[in-house]
Amino acid sequence: MKAPKDGVPPAATAGGAAAVATADGTDGPGGRRARARERLAPPSWLAMLFLLPSLVVLGFLVVYPIVYSVIRSLFDASGDSFVGIDNYTGVFQGENNLIAVRNTAIWVVVAPTVTTILGLLFAVLTERIRWATVFKLVVFMPMAISLLASGIIFRLVYEQDPDKGVGNAVLVGVHDMFAGATRYPGAAPRGGGDQPVRAEGGGVVTAAPVQGGRSALLPLVRVRPENLPKDAKPAAQAPAARPGQITGTVWFDFTRGGGGTPNVPNAGETGLPGVTVEAVRDGKVVAKATTRADGTFTLRDVPSATVSVRLPADNFTAAYRGAEWLGDTLITPAIIASYLWVWSGFAMVLIAAGLAAIPRDALEAARVDGATEWQVFRRVTIPLLMPVLTVVLVTLVINVLKVFDLVFIIGGGDPNANVLALQMWTVSFGGGNDQGAGSAIAVLLFVLVLPAMLFNIRRLQQERR
Amino acid sequence: MTNGKAAGTRTEPGGATASGAAGAPRRGVASRIVGRLGGGFVQAMLVLIALFWLVPTIGLLVASLRSTQDNAASGWWTVFTRPTELTFGAYSALLEKDDFVDSFWNTIMITVPSTVLVVVIASLAAYAFAWMEFPGRDWLFLAVVALLVVPVQVALIPVAKLYGRVDVGGFTMFGSVTGVVLFHVAFGLPFAIFLLRNFFAAIPRDLLEAARMDGGSEWTIFRRVIFPLGGPAIASLGIFQFLWVWNDLLVALVFADTGSQPMTKWLQSQMRQFTGNIDILAPGAFLSLIVPLAVFFAFQRYFVQGVLAGSVK
Repeated sequence: MKAPKDGVPPAATAGGAAAVATADGTDGPGGRRARARERLAPPSWLAMLFLLPSLVVLGFLVVYPIVYSVIRSLFDASGDSFVGIDNYTGVFQGENNLIAVRNTAIWVVVAPTVTTILGLLFAVLTERIRWATVFKLVVFMPMAISLLASGIIFRLVYEQDPDKGVGNAVLVGVHDMFAGATRYPGAAPRGGGDQPVRAEGGGVVTAAPVQGGRSALLPLVRVRPENLPKDAKPAAQAPAARPGQITGTVWFDFTRGGGGTPNVPNAGETGLPGVTVEAVRDGKVVAKATTRADGTFTLRDVPSATVSVRLPADNFTAAYRGAEWLGDTLITPAIIASYLWVWSGFAMVLIAAGLAAIPRDALEAARVDGATEWQVFRRVTIPLLMPVLTVVLVTLVINVLKVFDLVFIIGGGDPNANVLALQMWTVSFGGGNDQGAGSAIAVLLFVLVLPAMLFNIRRLQQERR
Repeated sequence: MTNGKAAGTRTEPGGATASGAAGAPRRGVASRIVGRLGGGFVQAMLVLIALFWLVPTIGLLVASLRSTQDNAASGWWTVFTRPTELTFGAYSALLEKDDFVDSFWNTIMITVPSTVLVVVIASLAAYAFAWMEFPGRDWLFLAVVALLVVPVQVALIPVAKLYGRVDVGGFTMFGSVTGVVLFHVAFGLPFAIFLLRNFFAAIPRDLLEAARMDGGSEWTIFRRVIFPLGGPAIASLGIFQFLWVWNDLLVALVFADTGSQPMTKWLQSQMRQFTGNIDILAPGAFLSLIVPLAVFFAFQRYFVQGVLAGSVK
């Protein structure tokens, strides 16, 4: 809880000092002091001198550029001929531009909202945790490092190969935990008639029905050597089945160097471990098992009637390789996720400070009136937090409109990731060389932050009053 | 329920290092929700979230400490089973590249002056806004607040044109360290003036008037009274500006050339081949983030103050 307590806004800190000073100060009856104040007040030309450096820099490098950009946006790429609002309508034409507009809209709607919600969640959850300081430092840390470094960090996370990118490594790990990791893509029954098994619907099924208490042989060929698990053992004959059971062997019916009888697990042939085996009756699965290291399996509690033994299709689909993070559809959500990683700490710290400032009495009063905790949170805490939440949201919207580095670095120029702020750089500096169109996008971004500007000014005027 | 609350106050991994929260327990709404949910569950979730925040950065660090071959062959997390393969090879190779070392110095040459200039120029203006009378003061300050949110993009093209015209005796502003610094100063000023004025305005009036009665000039008061008293605010502003400039990519991309480029721009130029260049990018990115990270951990309370002091650019 250290960060927010230390992080009192400077004004408030100094306000404390001011209160102390007034307490021991001697603010006597106004008249004399006011006159003294007037006499002592420095001349306004001196004030102008203090302001001069700021005004010169701001005038030349911020205010003049705004005016220039507005004018420049009305001219074509060469800057010679007046084109009216063509550059502005151009922003909404062409596939790449439209994707940039669409993505910017997604960013502005999704990123600030989710970041604020995460910040609120973290701030609330850490309120009574002992290691809150550590947690907050960890979550806040990305704010300190460059977006370029964050971009590189996430490029590494999003590497497609699950042996390199931690994102897909986790996805594949979780997936395999539930779905079984061993797969034999390409494996199939031997072709030709009169085989004990045949292919059916992507899976493999016994050609003849199997009676309970019997064994079944399920030979497969075309197993790729790289798919054979290291723990696979030589194929064994299925153990004898008791009544109500079906046993069997699933194996790679191929003897290295030739020889061996087809459809019999000969010496030198490998069992296929980890294959899902199902007993099916009238289209319904009645028993399920997984093969052991030597390829044998035992289906238990099989009804006495005949069933067919099936190896379902997902034994033979290619192994799960994780999500295509930087593919066409996921790229913008993936970059937004990296943005959440960077900015949630900001939201959390501001909201935690707001939470700490809520008077306990208000909450207690609501509780005394019999409100449940959820009602207190929903009807008292959230409304009291509203000003903070609004500031966080507005700040994030301004920030998101300007998002450049993350998209530039993680997106790596993929048009599917494009946003307006990046498009502005691309068309005017990054090869486009059309500063008319670039100016139009810049002015558009400026217009989009105008409501935030008014919000800031109004907030300031309210504080003054 | 009692069980859950007991779990909530149990010390967790990392709890030993926590300091502030160990004080008097507060019965906030949130804490009660936490209690209801079961402290153990919440703690486990927070541990998971913290891991989620840490793992990517750890990944970068570990990848930077592995050889090119190892990085190409397997994921960085395999070092936890084979820790012997770590090496500083990538770092020493990187530090032998002259253009990288140059870009490191450029980062410092850009960051330090930008920070100092913003602090000095903004303090002067903030003092005038807070303690001096002049016509149009409130309007001018409102204008500064309005400039807080102006996106950098709107100034890129005009300032590039402006810099292109400044060409004195072989020195061209465009592509120079000076140009980059000035741009950062300009876009740092509104926030700086806003932050400092609010702080200065809260300095006790009596202190100032006593100084004025004693015949101190405005310059003396500024130097002797305001600047020392404004310490905390100036510190948070300084750290903020430092991090902002150090971490910038876009401004450098537009205004710096290969001779004046900071680390971020140099690293960006190595991005074209991400997987192939990981032995440059990982240590480079880590070197570029280690300074901000050190500044952050050393001065985090000032940094947080800066964040809380108002909306960030």
